[in-house]
Amino acid sequence: MAAGFKTVEPLEYYRRFLKENCRPDGRELGEFRTTTVNIGSISTADGSALVKLGNTTVICGVKAEFAAPPTDAPDKGYVVPNVDLPPLCSSKFRSGPPGEEAQVASQFIADVIENSQIIQKEDLCISPGKLAWVLYCDLICLDYDGNILDACTFALLAALKNVQLPEVTINEETALAEVNLKKKNYLNIRTHPVATSFAVFDDTLLIVDPTGEEEHLATGTLTIVMDEEGKLCCLHKPGGSGLTGAKLQDCMSRAVTRHKEVKKLMDEVIKSMKPK
Amino acid sequence: MEVGMHTDSKSRAETGAESGPRGPGCSLRHFACEQNLLSRPDGSASFMQGVAEKSREQLIRNTCEAVVLGALHPRTSITVVLQVISDAGSLLACCLNAACMALVDAGVPMRALFCGVTCALDADGTLVLDPTAKQEKEARAVLTFALDSVERKLLMSTTKGLYSDAELQQCLAAAQTASQHVFRFYRESLQRRYSKS
Repeated sequence: MAAGFKTVEPLEYYRRFLKENCRPDGRELGEFRTTTVNIGSISTADGSALVKLGNTTVICGVKAEFAAPPTDAPDKGYVVPNVDLPPLCSSKFRSGPPGEEAQVASQFIADVIENSQIIQKEDLCISPGKLAWVLYCDLICLDYDGNILDACTFALLAALKNVQLPEVTINEETALAEVNLKKKNYLNIRTHPVATSFAVFDDTLLIVDPTGEEEHLATGTLTIVMDEEGKLCCLHKPGGSGLTGAKLQDCMSRAVTRHKEVKKLMDEVIKSMKPK
Repeated sequence: MEVGMHTDSKSRAETGAESGPRGPGCSLRHFACEQNLLSRPDGSASFMQGVAEKSREQLIRNTCEAVVLGALHPRTSITVVLQVISDAGSLLACCLNAACMALVDAGVPMRALFCGVTCALDADGTLVLDPTAKQEKEARAVLTFALDSVERKLLMSTTKGLYSDAELQQCLAAAQTASQHVFRFYRESLQRRYSKS
């Protein structure tokens, strides 16, 4: 009987739960789903991470290649993110060129990398004006159940922490690059941006970490990306119902606690990994 | 929905409106608006303010969807086409203002008007409203907000750069004050247009 009511009136069904300050999956309004992370599982990539936020699964693989640095910034490398939402993760995506959601997510991740200065692009330069590293970060969603931006940001951060770049020297006589695969260095990750997403319901209620169904019923979404000093890298609110300044403040405090949870989890996983 | 064509070019020029010189408390640049300048579409407006594509489109679309009363027009597609004539900074805010005025001109029922305001924070934390392209490039952070006209709530926000929570609240408060000027300008320009005809 409950299943019938849910099909006919999904919003009303949902409101019954919200009145009791909980959600259909048993979570409270401010509670995140179980987060698991697996770092370094793809051996062919220079760095990789798999993040699961409840059912939402995103895998990030980082590959490093050589490239000529840009002419207007000869001492900088490149970080090129790409988010792919293939049809296998959800029935709402078709195969073919990337849809709007994938493009917006890619732009979002590029903005986070740029704004938070997670990697100093100067660190990626090998020889100014001639050779630099380009890091291709491919984020693929394997299962879409809402809150894709949080999972992608976490997967990107974990994968970048796992990247090991071999040492490169330029041979003066031949002017060719010599790669020493035996000596590898980790990247210098300067900040740890963590994303926290909220869904707005009926213009008043804010819930954290929406699932796919909740996103569909919501009247608006908000994503806050914060680093460890409490500085904001990104406040992404693409339309939807309005929010007052006070509600924004509540979201900020939740984002601060989430940052601590995520950082603790990632540090535990990295510590538990056996050195290669 | 059909809007009457203006064959008298003189009357078309008069439907435009220009904002007065900057008041003491407001630091927005001079802006001007002309409505109904294209005859084919149902409504049109050009908004000139002061001298990464799909993402911007999604932001503007979601903002419009939040205010337009879509339930009154089922099985209808409302297409908003924005053509950038010149970009002198604060482009997204200008696009939002143009979209709102065009929707009003077309007679689309909305639950509120909305306006876009851009704030830039430079290296020592000074707030600049409605920055020029040069100020945007040199700023530490650029924040663009869309605010509604009823309660000045935040409808849309997109930011670039690093800033603290306190700075965000400061920018939001400044944007809310500035939005009053933009809404007053909307009202004046609409009054001027309808009082002539």
